Amino acid sequence: MNPIQIDSPRPMGGRKISLASRVWNTPSLLVGGLMFAVLIGLAVFIPFISPYQPSEQNLSAFLQPPSSEHWLGTDQLGRDLFTRLIYAARTDLKIMVLAEIIPFCTGVFLGMLAGYYGKWLNTMISLLTDTLIAFPFYLIVIIVAFASGAGERGIYITFMLVGWIVFARVVKGLSASFREQEWVASAQTLGLPGVRIILRHLLPNVLPQAIVVLMTDMIGLLVAIVTLGYLGIGITPPTPDWGTMIADGRSFITTAWWLSAVPGLAVVYTGIALSLVGDGLADLWRKK
Amino acid sequence: MMRLSKTLNKSPGGTVSGSWLILAVVRALVVILCVMTAVFFIIRIVPGDPAKMILGEYSTPEAIQNMRHTLGLDLPLWEQFFRFVKTLFTQGDTGNSIISGTSTRALIAERAPVTLLLIGMACVLAVVVALLLAVLAATHKDQLADHLIRVIPTITLGMPVFWVGLLLILLFSVRLHWFPVGGIGEGWTGTLYSLTLPAITVAFSQIPTLVRSLRAQMLEVLESDFVVTLKAAGIPSRVVLFKHVLRNSALPTLMLLGVNISYLIGGTLVVEQVFGIKGIGSLLFSSIAKRDFPVIQGIALYCAVSVVIISLLIEIISWWLDPRTRGKQ
Amino acid sequence: MASNTVLQVEALSLATKSKKLVDNVSFSLGKGESLGLVGESGSGKSLTLRAVLGLLPRGIEQTGGVIKSDVRSAMVFQDPRGALDPLCPVVAQVAEVIYYRQKVGRKASRIQALELLEMLGLPDSLKRLDRYPSQLSGGQCQRIVIAMALACKPGILLCDEPTTALDVTVQRQIIETITSLQRELGFAMVFVTHNLAIAAALCSKLCVMKEGQIVEHDDTLSLLQNPTNPYTRMLLDSVLPLPELEGSEQ
Repeated sequence: MNPIQIDSPRPMGGRKISLASRVWNTPSLLVGGLMFAVLIGLAVFIPFISPYQPSEQNLSAFLQPPSSEHWLGTDQLGRDLFTRLIYAARTDLKIMVLAEIIPFCTGVFLGMLAGYYGKWLNTMISLLTDTLIAFPFYLIVIIVAFASGAGERGIYITFMLVGWIVFARVVKGLSASFREQEWVASAQTLGLPGVRIILRHLLPNVLPQAIVVLMTDMIGLLVAIVTLGYLGIGITPPTPDWGTMIADGRSFITTAWWLSAVPGLAVVYTGIALSLVGDGLADLWRKK
Repeated sequence: MMRLSKTLNKSPGGTVSGSWLILAVVRALVVILCVMTAVFFIIRIVPGDPAKMILGEYSTPEAIQNMRHTLGLDLPLWEQFFRFVKTLFTQGDTGNSIISGTSTRALIAERAPVTLLLIGMACVLAVVVALLLAVLAATHKDQLADHLIRVIPTITLGMPVFWVGLLLILLFSVRLHWFPVGGIGEGWTGTLYSLTLPAITVAFSQIPTLVRSLRAQMLEVLESDFVVTLKAAGIPSRVVLFKHVLRNSALPTLMLLGVNISYLIGGTLVVEQVFGIKGIGSLLFSSIAKRDFPVIQGIALYCAVSVVIISLLIEIISWWLDPRTRGKQ
Repeated sequence: MASNTVLQVEALSLATKSKKLVDNVSFSLGKGESLGLVGESGSGKSLTLRAVLGLLPRGIEQTGGVIKSDVRSAMVFQDPRGALDPLCPVVAQVAEVIYYRQKVGRKASRIQALELLEMLGLPDSLKRLDRYPSQLSGGQCQRIVIAMALACKPGILLCDEPTTALDVTVQRQIIETITSLQRELGFAMVFVTHNLAIAAALCSKLCVMKEGQIVEHDDTLSLLQNPTNPYTRMLLDSVLPLPELEGSEQ
């Protein structure tokens, strides 16, 4: 007797071959990926690109506009803006990625549990998310970041506390509708343990959309990191950070406005890149 | 079947009017209780001694002990919670400010009007602009206007709200001298005038998300059967658009606003800092700098409870305005 | 166009950017006549109606053919609730149509609307208290939609499966209503359905559509007795015993 194999319907073979061409045909993914790659490349190779150090002061050359020596000019202490910008990218991007890991995993996990098992587990988790979400995001971020100490650690803790909510919500919805499918019910009656269903079938279904949400969420996180830096409760000097750079430049906004404008543009650039990647991934996965 | 009913999460033409209302209110109350508990625990999750944090590294043990007593930290946890809840319900307060000694509630009440005014202005601005852009995009789908409007959220998603504020100050205050750089003006006109740029900044942060959702909503409505019926029956396009389509998109807009209110408030707090406006935002920052825990707790509490209540109100209004939730006759 | 023809469709083709949906469809309709468009889902029947109306869905274009008609057409949809603005009370909706079409005042529109609704057999209670579509039954909603269609005084009534979404008992009522209205007002009708029995009962001419094309086109009686196309035969065979063919003597 052949054992009945329960498998979610998968598309027919030949996927690996067409993946490259599908990616090629998704312009937003390509452009976004390229933009992001440029950024990462700059961040990684900055020591070889720039002769300056981020904290290298040159008081005789302060507040200079962009020139061939200083591509983006200098700040009030004569530090090269371009160098600082890219070193700040290192800091901010690194934190952005690291801070997302735990919230992403927790959020997806809790979301799957809440959506799949439903009832009181769902109610509990919903209550938790509703409570946390009632606090304006920046309010929590500011309070917790301050309470757990300024700097990197504060950001990680804050985001671990509240960052998981958006993933839990999305995944919960997906899991709940996943559960409604008929073949899931029949799999359960055949005695397949829930854990196996969740890991083998629900997770692969839920992951693509969760990753798309991740891209957008990272933008929000980056903006929050930069905002905290600006407010003085984020990354502490002398570590370069786009937020603190904007804050520093504020006093010189009338004369050297680019000191504040450019770091913000860097954030916007990253935001566009991530948005495009997110949209591209969504398109890519929708096409299959 | 019409998918508009999906947006309200209620069965169309349902007769469960009364029970749904009670359920929603009870749920909101439960959330408020959880919020209060969360606020209570905020300063207690801080690693280290809150009293020591307030007084600083070099304070004497006696001073620390006094401070702990003032904060009520020397009592057992249950008693602390009880005191907290009691003060909350009897005085609507989370205690007195450590710095100024005045009650938190008084402090917040003093600063609230400006913040509320700013939030209100931003809301109105955001909704009006978002509706206009969404209508423009939906009616010109796949044409230039639509593409341009659709690109906006991609770009603005990465714009920190404080940075936008700074740029607006640079352009309109410093270069063009149209608006004051910060602070609040005198009297009604002065206040509104000085709050314009901040309101624009806050609205700017919300408009892209609103436009995205509204546009999608409107497209759905525009494609629905009843719009075809109305057009086929000879009703002019403009009337169909403004009377029927907008009206059907209004309810989802309201719900969306309810969801976004929390982000709106958060953005306002930050923007106040940028523009030097003496509202709740600046109170928050100064309390943080001085480690004034009761005030911080109070602000957190009031903000969160406001969000819950506003969301509940919006849900109730939508439900009440929606004829589909009235029973069949 | 002959003086007695109210609608002439010649070689109509509809397509999206990637796919042809309706191909070379032709038929004509005389004054007061009833034509049945029969076919399975996806055969392009509803799109043909939308083309006659001039209100194609977004993304679909008329790529060929000509539609000639010198009278107004109005449409009745499959989903009665979906065809009504859920936020607009029903009498007001009908009155609105009259206001814009007949160009009479607001008060007069309302009076005419109530008369129309009475003719359609809707309860008098509506005169006192206007109701929203969600508060009415499916059959009542469909009557409202028919009222709205008639309010434009159409020469042609296009019906897109108007009974499919209704209960069986209500179906018969609606069909009877439409038939008696047609007798009284004299409009021509195109009746789209996947139910051959209903089409045969109502219409004097039948068109069978399959995958966007007309496969057979004849008077009802001849089609039923001598179907030439195998698809038509298949449709006939899958129909359960037909009721008395009331309309077939026309």
